[in-house]
Amino acid sequence: MSMDVNNLDPVAVVVAPTPASASRGSLVWLVNFRLGLGLLILAIMGLGSFILPNFAPVDPSLQASYMRNLPVSGIHLLGTNALGQDIFWFLVFGIRNSLTLGILVAVGVTIIATLVGLSAGYIGGKFERIVMLFVDTFITMPLLPILIILGALIRGNTSFLTVGIIIVLFGWAWDARTVRSMALSLREREFINMARFSGANTMQILLREIFPYVSAYMVVGFINTVLFAINIEATLAVIGLSKVEVPTLGSIIFWALNYNALFTGQYVWLVAPIIATITLFLGLFLTSTGFNQAFASKRGVS
Amino acid sequence: MGLLSFIAKRIGLYFVVLFIGLTITFMLPRLMPINPVDGYIGQLQSRANGTLTSEAIAEMRVTLEQLYGLNGNVFVQYVSYLKRIVFSFDFGPSFTYYPQPVSAMIMNALPWTLGLLLTSTVIAWTLGNLVGLVAGYFHKKKAASILEFVGILLYPIPYYILAVSMLLLLAYIFPIFPLSATFPVGQMTPEKFGMIIYNSLLPGITLVLAGFGWNILSMKALTVATTEEPYVVYARLKGASNWTRMTRYVFRNALLPQVTALALSLGMVFNGALLTEMIFSYPGLGLVMRTAANGGDYNVLYGAITISIISVATAGLVIDLLYPLLDPRIRHK
Repeated sequence: MSMDVNNLDPVAVVVAPTPASASRGSLVWLVNFRLGLGLLILAIMGLGSFILPNFAPVDPSLQASYMRNLPVSGIHLLGTNALGQDIFWFLVFGIRNSLTLGILVAVGVTIIATLVGLSAGYIGGKFERIVMLFVDTFITMPLLPILIILGALIRGNTSFLTVGIIIVLFGWAWDARTVRSMALSLREREFINMARFSGANTMQILLREIFPYVSAYMVVGFINTVLFAINIEATLAVIGLSKVEVPTLGSIIFWALNYNALFTGQYVWLVAPIIATITLFLGLFLTSTGFNQAFASKRGVS
Repeated sequence: MGLLSFIAKRIGLYFVVLFIGLTITFMLPRLMPINPVDGYIGQLQSRANGTLTSEAIAEMRVTLEQLYGLNGNVFVQYVSYLKRIVFSFDFGPSFTYYPQPVSAMIMNALPWTLGLLLTSTVIAWTLGNLVGLVAGYFHKKKAASILEFVGILLYPIPYYILAVSMLLLLAYIFPIFPLSATFPVGQMTPEKFGMIIYNSLLPGITLVLAGFGWNILSMKALTVATTEEPYVVYARLKGASNWTRMTRYVFRNALLPQVTALALSLGMVFNGALLTEMIFSYPGLGLVMRTAANGGDYNVLYGAITISIISVATAGLVIDLLYPLLDPRIRHK
């Protein structure tokens, strides 16, 4: 395996194919330990956070619904916070909102990155150089300071959706780079020429030859973007520059830090979102690497 | 010739990146529907309990627009903005701490950020790569998968979670470090220096842990791939020892993509450092930004973001210019 330094894709490097035992035929190849564990975590957290909110007694973002600072009990599974909100329900809604935002942003990023990356890779020439200059600038520019300015300017009259759109606008560059290097390598592949010489038209090549090859990377890239988006929104929320009234994985921590949960000893308020975030991120990461591994081993057999 | 054109290309890219970065910084606030001057006037108005006359407000608006470089059309503003930054490094006065110039505030904070960031990045990168090399070279052994597991556990955890967990663990449950850090000011004495190190340890550990996981994982993957290269097999058949093969054959070659990756991920690392500073109240750029964002002090914000773009781009340039020292292929092309 030779390393193309200029088109180095950290995602592909991190999850580089490790030879895994693969069985031929059926869908058994898809199952490996990492993927299984990752999907299990995602299934539990995803289903839980999308089904449970229908049974919530009150909207957890409303303040003073309950007595303040109640301990953990049968009624309040994780107790209540200093604002009189039920921590368990706030967390459930937070996971749901963070996941929704992550998925929406990932859809937007994937569309932009695919368009930019594919066009740069296939058209080439001057166009490619100019596009890649912008991509590289966006990659090397520190994103957080820009988001802090935007957050400071639009705080108060922003919606949760605007936060998502801003993340899309500044988050497409990594993926565009990956797609472009994929397009470059595919352009020269033998099997594409083979298909063309066998009389396949462009549509057939795109659907039968390129898509199966690219889809694995798209899934991995999609999951990584979900991770990225949740992370960025939570980061902005923790420093109070997102829509902190909306429960997300970050806004819980914002409120907990703001009400000095550590000094007042309400450690559940902080520990619960930390554990939830780590579990969710681990699930997403295991799914993405496991999926990549499965596809790598499949490509290895066929 | 190969080396010269490499350097020329890289420096050209550096200036283009700076130019695009500064242009975006300039355009962003002007594309926003909100005018900072209105915000300032609103603040002053409420402090004066609404006793300002409309003539006074109009006069104030003119002065403020002049102070913050907002007079003239967008193009004139843009040229004077670039001129001010490039030639005199002037970002105007701070609003909250008027008339203290923004550049002085930033220059006070920058050494803190750079000190913390450089130390922790170097430690995380070196340590992560060494662990990754060992885990990758002996990837068939059980112990190696434990090392990789550490990487998998650490890598996806975001900075803010690591920072809050560190606070919880090492300042609250095991009170080794103070919950809120204090940093002495004024003349430096050995005592104060010790205090600064002690108070910087917690944010430092957070940053090292955050960078550590990624370096283990990517170095491990690179090492596994390199170990299977024909020249490593040849070295083994030639009788080179395990140690020689690991250090001289595998490490040298696997290190190169890691250097490039470090240069590319600097922006990300910088983001993490800013966030860590905010959570630990560490007196660097991050804290300056947070205070400015909360107080609506836009000049300070623009100054801080401009400096961020310049420092990250410069660090990337330095790393890339060091690259030919590590990779003889570029020197001899």
